[in-house]
Amino acid sequence: MTTVVDRPAAPAAAPTPPTPDARAAARRTRLARMSFYVPSVLYLLLFFGYPITANVVMSFQDYTVTSFYDGDAPFNGLANYTAIFTDDLFGASLWHTVVFTVASLVAQFALGLALALYFRRRFPLGSVLRALLLLPWLLPLLVSGTVFRWLLDQDYGVVNQVLLSLHLVSDPVPWLVSPDHAMAAVVIANVWIGIPFNMVILYGGLQSVPPQLYEAASLDGAGAWGKFRHITWPLLRPVSAVVLMLGLIYTVKAFDVVMVLTQGGPADATQLLSTWSYQLSFTNLQFGQGAAVSNVLIVIAMVFALVYLRAVRAEQSER
Amino acid sequence: MSTRIRAATAACAAFALSATLGGCGLITAETPPNTLTVADYYTAEPGNTALTEILKTCGRATGVHVVREVMPRAQLVPKLLRDGAARTLPDLVLSDNPDLPKLASTGALLPLKGRTDTAGFYKSVLEAGTYDGELYGVAPGVNGLALFYDKAVFKKAGLEPPTTWKELRDTAAELTERHRYGLALSAVGTEEGSWQYEPFLWGNGGDLDGLGSKASVDSLTYWSGLFGDGSVSKSALNWQQSDVAEQFIGGHAAMMVNGSWQLAALDAEKGLDYGVVPLPVPERGDTPVTPLGGEVWAVPKGERQDKATEVLDCVLSPRNMYDWARLRADVPARPDVAKRLVKRQPDLAPFVAGVPAARARTTELGTVYPAVSEALYTALHQSVTGTLSPARALKAAQRDARSAVDDH
Repeated sequence: MTTVVDRPAAPAAAPTPPTPDARAAARRTRLARMSFYVPSVLYLLLFFGYPITANVVMSFQDYTVTSFYDGDAPFNGLANYTAIFTDDLFGASLWHTVVFTVASLVAQFALGLALALYFRRRFPLGSVLRALLLLPWLLPLLVSGTVFRWLLDQDYGVVNQVLLSLHLVSDPVPWLVSPDHAMAAVVIANVWIGIPFNMVILYGGLQSVPPQLYEAASLDGAGAWGKFRHITWPLLRPVSAVVLMLGLIYTVKAFDVVMVLTQGGPADATQLLSTWSYQLSFTNLQFGQGAAVSNVLIVIAMVFALVYLRAVRAEQSER
Repeated sequence: MSTRIRAATAACAAFALSATLGGCGLITAETPPNTLTVADYYTAEPGNTALTEILKTCGRATGVHVVREVMPRAQLVPKLLRDGAARTLPDLVLSDNPDLPKLASTGALLPLKGRTDTAGFYKSVLEAGTYDGELYGVAPGVNGLALFYDKAVFKKAGLEPPTTWKELRDTAAELTERHRYGLALSAVGTEEGSWQYEPFLWGNGGDLDGLGSKASVDSLTYWSGLFGDGSVSKSALNWQQSDVAEQFIGGHAAMMVNGSWQLAALDAEKGLDYGVVPLPVPERGDTPVTPLGGEVWAVPKGERQDKATEVLDCVLSPRNMYDWARLRADVPARPDVAKRLVKRQPDLAPFVAGVPAARARTTELGTVYPAVSEALYTALHQSVTGTLSPARALKAAQRDARSAVDDH
């Protein structure tokens, strides 16, 4: 394939205009380069472009069970959006989604960072423990969700037994069955699941901080906090931004944890946009409205994805 | 692109986006000749084995090979909608009876009247399989709800099983101790929760299309009162009926509201001595009204519909009906068969007694039922957790139900 190779510099050929042969070769080169894009573009169009378009179209249709069979779904304008925006559950599930996302992100990040810092020291069995901490990431969400259901059971759950025996609470906490506690319960489960992701990426980020900086800081008399504030934190910022942004996009669309733990209940206290969309589509079979809710979710995720892309670009141009 | 393919791909899109419920392909393997496919959700025993056995027998009798596709309950309707869009429906479907109207409304199901022999069936059973005046589904066996009680606990306390609401409330309160609740039931935020509440609603004269009425509000007030007394654990808001049975087996509940399909599991438990009585009624002399539960067979239209009907006829024959009901502890769909089975399994008697008066959940509401059921279980949660008073919770549910009716 020597003809296709793009030679870095050809100053000798510069003054004379390119011959038709050379131009054809250049075009072939360009085509060959483009052809490498084709699989990924096709993949994106097929598995992302098409479903999203179909989902947008569906949200403007009166899509019923019959539509599945005879393919006939009349367009009904903004009726689906009007229906969901005037539903009391819209405001509630939007708010729940915000609370769930922010609380999960903050706790996951803080705990992930603490663990990453902790495991930077070398100690016996350190790497084994670090590997074990990856476990939540490897477990299917259905499994971890079910285990949390048992742990948080009001009457027989381990969590309440521990809290009671330590005299931290006087009555069992109704984790999953009280609207006041259910959100905390699903956040706790989701944080547990999300810690490994945060820890691994932040740990990777920490590896890239040059140790000489710490040595120099020690010579200048900086303490542990000073080192963290002036070296670790600023140098970790780009990685943190990535972790938080990806975490946000994952958490906004979280679904399984809530479905297993509370099914959006009790009394819709943990209904997120994602679970509500599922319920509208597959319990009530109001597919148009379900699609409308998930479009709202897509828009939210897209906004943050754009912010993320801009941040990455800004980061790269700084370098 | 033909509308059919468009519908199929749109269906796929919905699934991919909303929940990713598994693979979604347009390519399906051709069914080999002389084979019928059956879709059902009997993943649990004894239904799983029983169904395989019956289908094997009937396949042999009619000369076809029957292949089952078993999936979790929540996946059956989405799968059928997807199959319907791609015109690859299975030849026989066993679906929960409240789901039948929506399947029938697509026009994909074969009307069964005159094609299958339903003479001598309970009227209520046939009603549960009817949509728009047309019979689309037939059940070999049905089930309802009754009150299970722990005989040892009752004997020790010197109590009799309750028959009225007042007795139920008093008995439940009396039997509640440290590690034991008086009563266990399912109030989970799914159709199961609504189904368990419906006897209370209907028994008191309430109605699914009149959730805001006084009779409905009174029934919810009573029902949440059981939680308020501490006689029912609030965890019931998260319990499916199988969880309820586990609580009862584990000795954490003196009584439970549950269905006949639990009998086999309870009998397998050594050292558990239980009795079954009809659900208590508001006033002495009232008739308990339980929702009619169980799965109905339906035949999607298609090339193999005649063969499928033949197999269905065999499944519904008195002999197979008896075996099926015995293995599953269901109530056979024909009174004469039911009578025979009760002789052998006396525990079934309260369930059999309930069938003639049992009500199909979709009779009044048809395809709107799922939305109303959702409004109802949300109201149950709001009332038990104290978010809203029973009256306000039901008023909101009634409003939601109305808007669902208007949407359709």
